[in-house]
Amino acid sequence: MKLVKAIIRPSKLPDVLRALYAAEITGLTVSNVRGHGGEVEVVETYRGTTAKMELREKVMIEIGVSDSFVDTAVEAICNSAATGSVGDGKIFVLPVERIIRVRTGEEDMAAVTPIR
Amino acid sequence: MRNKNIVALVGFGFFTPIVAFAQEAEAVAPISGADTGWLLISTALVLLMTPALAFFYGGLVRSKNALNTMMMSFVALGVSGTLWAIAGYSIAFGGGNAWFGDFSMAFLSGIGLDANGSIPDLLFVGFQGTFAIITAALISGAVVERMRFTPYILFIGLWGLIVYAPICHWVWGGGWLGSLGALDFAGGAVVHVNAGIAAVIAAKVLGPRKDYGREALLPHNVPFVLLGAGLLWFGWFGFNGGSALAADGIAALALVNTLLAPAAGVFVWTLLDHFTTGKITAVGIATGIVVGLVAITPAAGFVSPIGALILGAIGVIPSYFIIKWRTKTSLDDSLDVFAAHGMGGIMGALLTGMLAAPAFTANDPGLFFTGNFGQLGIQALSIGAVAVYSGVLTYIILKVVGLITKLRAESSDEGIGMDLVAHGEEAYATGEGAVLLNKNEAPAHVNGL
Repeated sequence: MKLVKAIIRPSKLPDVLRALYAAEITGLTVSNVRGHGGEVEVVETYRGTTAKMELREKVMIEIGVSDSFVDTAVEAICNSAATGSVGDGKIFVLPVERIIRVRTGEEDMAAVTPIR
Repeated sequence: MRNKNIVALVGFGFFTPIVAFAQEAEAVAPISGADTGWLLISTALVLLMTPALAFFYGGLVRSKNALNTMMMSFVALGVSGTLWAIAGYSIAFGGGNAWFGDFSMAFLSGIGLDANGSIPDLLFVGFQGTFAIITAALISGAVVERMRFTPYILFIGLWGLIVYAPICHWVWGGGWLGSLGALDFAGGAVVHVNAGIAAVIAAKVLGPRKDYGREALLPHNVPFVLLGAGLLWFGWFGFNGGSALAADGIAALALVNTLLAPAAGVFVWTLLDHFTTGKITAVGIATGIVVGLVAITPAAGFVSPIGALILGAIGVIPSYFIIKWRTKTSLDDSLDVFAAHGMGGIMGALLTGMLAAPAFTANDPGLFFTGNFGQLGIQALSIGAVAVYSGVLTYIILKVVGLITKLRAESSDEGIGMDLVAHGEEAYATGEGAVLLNKNEAPAHVNGL
């Protein structure tokens, strides 16, 4: 079991979700985050104050998957989130010790199998 | 505008170049304190409608485009307001011919504090200026989230002079539609049909947003939409009530009708919502208010209060269904300017031709009172003429502006959002991770620090 943690552009979220659903990956968590990945800084001016915005709005998607689904998930995200410019994001794949489905108490593989 | 005032106005406009000074000495008609007071307030009320529109439109777009959308209304306060004084007023209300005013009052030359009707001439200029501003701003709803800001400014500037001012002249400035007897109390054709048609053409020329029809492009702040609609209604009392150009019975009629027609419109809108989708929506009610206001605009001082209720109730129905249908087409009139203003204005103008009551109009009353189609025909003609002129000229202006500078933002910029790209500001900046920049620390791509 792995946790796929992808950080992407907010404007790409609908595309990524569509790609994940198409790949039959339906269990996921999305959060709004801020981060910096080396892209050109945005400069904003409010009255006389000019500031460099070092942190950009990003979206983080977390997906618990069985090992056989890791590549599918990574591929779906990569293909749908890429624009070719700096700042498209990162995907981290982390090992997971235990997964429990709260409703049923099912564990591990059973807990990440989609409900039909 | 009311007929006696048109006459006074036409006379004034026509003779201005020759008798401007003579008139100062004569001071023919006395200025009424009451009329002036009401028009002073009305001018401020109508001006408030443009910021109100900014909230109405701003709430309807995604948060990354909120400022840009609101700015499209706010910038009209500057651009259209200035150009109105420079040339717009003279084109609209100068003598000229049946189609176009003149430049005799360019830069407000010859405009003083003497009576125009029963209010100071200058106040009339200001009151009319607020109409020119909001009409230009209305169009922005069709091009939000994708049009670049500089060409937008160029467009509304040219549009105000080339489209709005002449049409205003046709109807209110002594032009051919007014002489024909077209009834347009506060701008059903001049403002709403005009802006509605321009919006469709602008949406066509710009093309749909990159995500249109692919993603759900939802309002980011519905309370803003309600706030905007409420403030628009408030301002509209000046728009319609002030168009009586006096503090008299007709102003009272127009104001009460501006209360009743949108009330009936909203009522019908909620019924339609309830019976078609099962849920009465907030965005729906806000839209119903605006469409009801648009529909009563040409009729405000010509129909009875019961006529206003009927007009509001019937007037909103086509708009409801056009909005539902439009979102399924490729026409990305993003904030449904045509459905709300174009269609609302058309219904209002036609219903004026049916419901105009003999007691309140010096022209031919409506079909329901006379049984003949005379007034309805004139109303239909005024809609057609305004639509054709506005449509063709809007297309030409956009094409010309497009030759000077690109109309549309890059697709990637559209993804980032127009707030950052066009203005370097965010509507909801958190300030986290912001590093203060001093003069010598600017990154290479930043200018003008």
